[in-house]
Amino acid sequence: MAVNIEPVLVRYLVGLFPSLAAADRAGDGLTVVTAPPEEIYAVLKTLRHEEPFSMDTLGDLTAVDYPDRLEVVYHLYSAACGHKLAVKTSVAKGAAALPTVTGLWPAAEFAERETYDLLGVTFTGHPNLTRILLPEGFEGHPLRKDYSLPPRPATR
Amino acid sequence: MTTRTEVYTLNMGPQHPGTHGVLRVILELDGETVVSATPELGYLHRGIEKLAESRTYAQIIPYTDRLDYLAAMNTNLGYCQAVEKLATIEVPERAEYLRVIMAELGRIASHLIFLASIAIDLGGTTGMMYAFRDRERILDLFDAACGARMTFNYIRIGGVMADVDEAFLGGARTFLADFPAIMDEYHGLISGNEIFYYRLKDSSVVGRERALALGLTGPCLRAAGVDVDLRRDEPYGIYDRFSFKVPVGEKGDNWDRYIVRMEEMEESASIVAQALGALPDGPVMAKVPKILKPPPGEVYHRVENPRGELGFYIVSDGSTKPYRFHVRRPSFQNLLAVDELCRGGKIADVVAALATLDPVMGEVDC
Amino acid sequence: MTLRTAEETAARELLRENFILTSLETVLGWARSNSLWPLTSGLACCAIEMMSAAAGRFDLARFGYEVFRPSPRQADLLITAGTLTWKMAPVLKRLYEQMPEPKWVIAMGSCASTGGPFADSYSVVPGVDYVIPVDVYVPGCPPRPEALIDGILQLKAKIAKPQLTRGVVRYGR
Repeated sequence: MAVNIEPVLVRYLVGLFPSLAAADRAGDGLTVVTAPPEEIYAVLKTLRHEEPFSMDTLGDLTAVDYPDRLEVVYHLYSAACGHKLAVKTSVAKGAAALPTVTGLWPAAEFAERETYDLLGVTFTGHPNLTRILLPEGFEGHPLRKDYSLPPRPATR
Repeated sequence: MTTRTEVYTLNMGPQHPGTHGVLRVILELDGETVVSATPELGYLHRGIEKLAESRTYAQIIPYTDRLDYLAAMNTNLGYCQAVEKLATIEVPERAEYLRVIMAELGRIASHLIFLASIAIDLGGTTGMMYAFRDRERILDLFDAACGARMTFNYIRIGGVMADVDEAFLGGARTFLADFPAIMDEYHGLISGNEIFYYRLKDSSVVGRERALALGLTGPCLRAAGVDVDLRRDEPYGIYDRFSFKVPVGEKGDNWDRYIVRMEEMEESASIVAQALGALPDGPVMAKVPKILKPPPGEVYHRVENPRGELGFYIVSDGSTKPYRFHVRRPSFQNLLAVDELCRGGKIADVVAALATLDPVMGEVDC
Repeated sequence: MTLRTAEETAARELLRENFILTSLETVLGWARSNSLWPLTSGLACCAIEMMSAAAGRFDLARFGYEVFRPSPRQADLLITAGTLTWKMAPVLKRLYEQMPEPKWVIAMGSCASTGGPFADSYSVVPGVDYVIPVDVYVPGCPPRPEALIDGILQLKAKIAKPQLTRGVVRYGR
């Protein structure tokens, strides 16, 4: 791909959704689009299905725990056209819920379960949102910053 | 008296010799036919992502060794390149070449374990012995370079731990010279085995569309006919300087996943040969501060690991430790296909499907 | 007459050389220590080195311990090779309990011995001896196959001569 078409795509996307904020990331040069949580599904659906984007691959889905919010990050790729984009949204810690994207990318199933398991983000509409790595009955979400380690059992 | 049939549940794992570690698969069976297969993960969940938040950037490298412990060099490489992107560190030429040599040897070693495990899973202990024998030669080279056989901590932020000596280079050349004969032996002994061929051919098919939808990467995706390889399409390090073919399968059955890996080994050997031929002199380590503090920001870096696309997402808050460290593990994503691979097949093919999916539980459970 | 005496002498000589007087404990220890049947139970990275030990180069068969059994009911040696998590702990305990007596356990690697680099994690058991008793600890991350073989030979000595380990103070345990 000789021409970098990502700026054009991002401008077009921001035209479609004026509430979006776009910024270039210094580390890897990826463009990051930040969407409000109520619009994230519409944005992702557009990116997945609409013609100039066709982001058919979900590279990575995870979340970061900041002091005031939980930020969910999607890294999207288009295998057909070769462009890439990071999409972010923030949810409040008390009510961390977002619509699932398993309908757009079936690949998100495990990643969403992992994010639910370790960070406590609920994805509404997920076919089977249960803990994936930790046992059922585990208390808390360990990748939250306020998670404190349980005391080490004393006996051997 | 009336007879009736019903679906029953069979638990496979987490202690089962065919599941490659502590993977558990819950099988719903109708006689011998699999109705559904549900992978149950987490029996090796060690919390590396949480531990990394209380380690410095350099201290995390040994943890990446233990993610995909069959291809630790490649995992080291992915992590170090992510941090180098974050902190803008230039890597010396010689180190770049050494990294490629190590990563591709690591890919061969990892695929040899795949070969060994699929051979023994399908009942051929001899095949396992041969693959382990030849893997030892690569481990000897790694041992000479860094003193470890499996968990290397060799590739560091800014370069590699130590330069290699003439004995290493000579050993690598000898190995490459022997490699075609080694491959011939495998093809004669394993690929050419009729029973082996018919066990794999046309079983557990995941076609192009489904493979893409399920997010498969690496050999499992290429076996389905998708021509994707990050080393060629999104070259990291100095991979754009080497010419190699990307083996692609036809329909995505067990046999395609097997043969793609076998061909990949030959391509990796060719890359190592090219890198050995062009190895420049010079330092192997950049000037990296002892206490590394990358500027605040974040990075997502992905590399082509033997099992697929390995991504590192690192958020830095400007301190000596990452604020958030997340790994996109290819085996974890690939296991999403277990149900699709096993459904409708016979119970005996579950082991073959798991073997060609080639998960490493250290990476799956992180 | 002299011939018979010579025959008799030879027979007495033969009898003296071919009888061993010993205790039953020693015989059992000798027999058990030379034919351990390990359970194929890999937890993590160390399992690959365990497989290497059983493969051609290191050839565990030289010592008679190559009969890896997939079922705990046929095994008498549990090599816990790798990191044990709290989720896996009940499974490992059940495996141990399914093994018939007498049975032995080798903790292979740092993780199995002490939790290794993951000792401060929320999900890792800091040493399998929290869950099952351990006979031999093999350090290393992962230990080389030679180290595992040495560990098995230490166990052999312990089984053959239990009096060696009797009364030994186990520090810190």
